[in-house]
Amino acid sequence: MDVLSEKEKALLLGNEAVVRGAIEAGIDVATTYPGTPSSEIADTFSKIARHYTARGQDPGFYFQYSTNEKVALEFAAAAAVSGLRALTCMKHVGLNVASDAFMTYMYVGCKGGHIIVTADDPSCHSSQNEQDNRYYAKFGNAPMLEPSTPQETKDMVMEAFEISEELSLPVLFRMTTRTSHIRGPVNLGEIKLKKKKGRFEKNPLMVTVPEVARKLHPVLLEKMEKAELISEKSRFNFVEDFGGNTGIITSGAPYNYVREVVDELKIKCRVLKLGMTNPLPRKMCIDFLKKSERVIVVEELEPFLEEQLKAIAQEEGLDVKIYGKGYGNFRRIYEYDMDIVESTLRKFFGFEEKKKVSDTSLHAPPRPPVMCPGCPHRATYYAIKQVAPEGTIYPTDIGCYTLGKAPPLEMADFLLCMGSNVGTACGFSYATDQKVISFMGDSTFFHAGLPGIVNAVHHNHDCVITVLDNRTTAMTGHQPHPGTQYDGMGNEAIMLKVEDVVKGLGVQHIEVVNPNNLKKTMEAFERALNYKGTSVVVSKAPCALILPKSVTEGSFEIDQEKCTKCNVCIEKFGCPAFYRDGDKIKIDETLCNACGVCTQVCESNAIRRRKK
Amino acid sequence: MKIRMIFAGVGGQGVLTEANILAKAFLSAGEKALTSEVHGMAQRGGSVVCTVCAGDVHSPLIADGGADAIVSMEPTEALRYIKKLKEGGTVITDVNPVIPPNVSLGQNEYPDLESVFKEISNRGKLIKIDALEIAKRAGNAITKNIVMLGALSGMEILPIDREKILQVVRENVPAKYVEMNERAFNMGYEAVRD
Repeated sequence: MDVLSEKEKALLLGNEAVVRGAIEAGIDVATTYPGTPSSEIADTFSKIARHYTARGQDPGFYFQYSTNEKVALEFAAAAAVSGLRALTCMKHVGLNVASDAFMTYMYVGCKGGHIIVTADDPSCHSSQNEQDNRYYAKFGNAPMLEPSTPQETKDMVMEAFEISEELSLPVLFRMTTRTSHIRGPVNLGEIKLKKKKGRFEKNPLMVTVPEVARKLHPVLLEKMEKAELISEKSRFNFVEDFGGNTGIITSGAPYNYVREVVDELKIKCRVLKLGMTNPLPRKMCIDFLKKSERVIVVEELEPFLEEQLKAIAQEEGLDVKIYGKGYGNFRRIYEYDMDIVESTLRKFFGFEEKKKVSDTSLHAPPRPPVMCPGCPHRATYYAIKQVAPEGTIYPTDIGCYTLGKAPPLEMADFLLCMGSNVGTACGFSYATDQKVISFMGDSTFFHAGLPGIVNAVHHNHDCVITVLDNRTTAMTGHQPHPGTQYDGMGNEAIMLKVEDVVKGLGVQHIEVVNPNNLKKTMEAFERALNYKGTSVVVSKAPCALILPKSVTEGSFEIDQEKCTKCNVCIEKFGCPAFYRDGDKIKIDETLCNACGVCTQVCESNAIRRRKK
Repeated sequence: MKIRMIFAGVGGQGVLTEANILAKAFLSAGEKALTSEVHGMAQRGGSVVCTVCAGDVHSPLIADGGADAIVSMEPTEALRYIKKLKEGGTVITDVNPVIPPNVSLGQNEYPDLESVFKEISNRGKLIKIDALEIAKRAGNAITKNIVMLGALSGMEILPIDREKILQVVRENVPAKYVEMNERAFNMGYEAVRD
């Protein structure tokens, strides 16, 4: 495991560098709910814990895949107020879930250092939005650090614990896809893991009733004044002088592109690189702006730095012109890249435009991600399509099953966020006369599905809620959840059954089916559709990627003599292992996972197991 | 020294492993190396791209016309990123197409292979290899990524020697598959030397 390397230097993923920083800083508790691009932070903690657990050693820290980000933050907050060092990581939208706890936690503060990692996803590589979580730092009054490289990531994590303890305030640590998922060399220090217990000292100021909250808010603002002094002195805020009196102010991933372009074009400029971006080092910014005739701010998404810098310039009566969003190719949407930064800096510094690389006359076919061969979701979707009436609405949720949006299945109609399938299903059921069948995965069910189901049952909303129980958190890399047998430490855990939980929630009509049996699945959905009220179908079969080799071994093939070329396998079922070869339909044996569901789809019995 | 490369392919073909091995080889040769990867959704049969930038570099991302080489596990995936290639850069691609389901459904067309190769040749030096066939001969189709890495090392564009890369290959594959991967690497190397 590179992250446990004892060498002087290792090539680490940004997310691994977070973990290396934490274990060199003697982390005690790490919690999460997985989400791309943050997932490898938690998975690396889990891997380390399981590594030691498997050897009968105590890992020296506790790690938990919590049911959701809010629970993860609350758990770690309790550890941190008891004096332990804690880290909670999540993707950007995870902080929305945790925000209720987050906002008031800032009032209360912590004792042991607590780092809250938010991994933002400019360009929505694997997310439902590209919100800029830097505003959470302002919103909640959290000191914020933003690294550019894996080395800086590790260094900043270690320092973030110190800052957090100095201020008794959790620190927001903002990554983006291009800092989480880049690899680079990292200098390694000593790993300091040792199991500790904290002690909770009671204090009435930790019970945030209104009277206490009114006392805590000014205290928080005082802490942020101290934080500004830290920001002024922080080694992560620095100026690089390449001559001239034109300034570039940047942070995070865009700094890497700025430096590359400045080097390549030998641009005369001064670069203010901000690593601690909340609170901003005001004096340092004033000094930089004073020494600059013109400044360009290079930041992704919202004009977070730009607007603050403009406010500072106005307050200080500086006549420096500050450029940012709207200049050149700098926009408020999507991530920046080398071309965006280079073209805009060329314009700003008066270089001639770079020669455009011409488009190709031929184009590669789009290759979006698809549900895998053998994916049980495909079987569930196919079965429902056979029995659901025309016009049925399919609210969906966050997970692999959203890939069912693509043809030929087209089984996803509406999506907001984790757990939204149930609430919206009930709303559609009331607002229309259409049938409603909603979908969520097992991990999503535990994360945010329960309150919606309680609401549905209590109001007797007429909809079918499907839990696609594939026994894992598949999309983010197969993490365990409350319905699985083991926890993130590799210890045996109490396994909750979805069907038992929904029974406890008062659902009157519950079906449990194996989707790989299409006929039985169709019958179950027919019964559920006919039931007047809230019904739940648990469609249970393991993700094809976690099945043992013995199950997925071998493949199916098409008997060309029997095949009538009805195309149902390709045009209705849509398993990616099927392809056309001239006028024949074939199954790619390297892709086939041998689930055999296609044999139930084929009306002419032309699909058979391939002989070895 | 600066060298920038694109590794492309389809989810499941081992693109990230291939790129990481090379980045580690740079590091063990005393050079700085940066990579940028795509995770998550891309694993499910989607297009996967990973960069490796080494030497005196800051950015793990590559500008259009900035890549010294493109190494692709699938012909149209090389085409997809061809705008990244430097004028006269090198493209090494496996010749075996992986047809996306949307093509089987008739929504998109998979371009004629000869035209794909022609388009690539117009932009740089094209090396085609049947890495799948070589990988099978080496012992398993799964070693295709290592065949491609061997081919890249045979092209004399890398400033690190073959043995250094091979050493990192050995360190990064399961112990029982070391020999097979070594074979795959060497066969890829030889394939472009002929």
